[in-house]
Amino acid sequence: MRRVILFIDSFILWLLLTWTLNYQSLLVGAGFSLLVTVIFGKRFSQRPIKWFEPQRYFWLIVLYMPFFAWQCLKANVDVAYRVLHPKMPIEPGIVRVRTVLKSKIGRTVLANSITMTPGTLSVDIRDEYLYIHWIKVYAQDEENATRIIVKKFERFLVRIFE
Amino acid sequence: MREIIGIILIGIGVAFDVFGCIGLIRLPDVYNRLQAATKGVTVGTWGILIGVCVLVGFNSLGVKALLAVILIFFTSATASHALARGAHKSGTKLWKRSVCDRYEEDRKNAKIKN
Repeated sequence: MRRVILFIDSFILWLLLTWTLNYQSLLVGAGFSLLVTVIFGKRFSQRPIKWFEPQRYFWLIVLYMPFFAWQCLKANVDVAYRVLHPKMPIEPGIVRVRTVLKSKIGRTVLANSITMTPGTLSVDIRDEYLYIHWIKVYAQDEENATRIIVKKFERFLVRIFE
Repeated sequence: MREIIGIILIGIGVAFDVFGCIGLIRLPDVYNRLQAATKGVTVGTWGILIGVCVLVGFNSLGVKALLAVILIFFTSATASHALARGAHKSGTKLWKRSVCDRYEEDRKNAKIKN
């Protein structure tokens, strides 16, 4: 099951990369997709049923991606301001936050999202705790840091990956 | 019209790239520099790639640019995470005016192994 999904996904990626329907290119793409499936099939997607639930795609593409792009842009302007300001108003530190996400892919995307919004950088993850380097520490305790950094992404990611 | 939007996007991207490079020089320690180096520059590169996609239209070149956006999202975040974790494990100190370091405390209290 999960191998079929992986094969189809890598084949679609190949089609997008080459952007041609020439039969020779299709054959080579099928060969490479098969190779990828044989090597990585075991590690792919613990619960493949999630791929067939359309509301997850709706949450990911229609709601999460524009929200993430907006957060990214806002935070980038913030960091650019801190960098260009003559006195450099930064107060860096590493805080600990906690996530309610259970699945591996959910935690991965949460950590990546936190890293990609400037000002926060995930340093390590242990079970449900993430260690975040923060360029301007607004809250040192766990609850408030979690509320500021994690909650805004979590409410989307729970619907997409859980 | 399409050309104007594309060139504006590329311009914004280059501007963020420059801010990232300035941050790389000005900020004090390795973690803050990673913040500027990996993220400011990543968003700048996204701007350039999306600008290219708008400029050339939805053909083979534009689709490759959009795929590169997704690949950069995963690789850049993972690389900066690995660099920060490696730096902390090899004993690199935070900047002297840093506020707190929960990771160090938890490692000392043996809440997390090694």
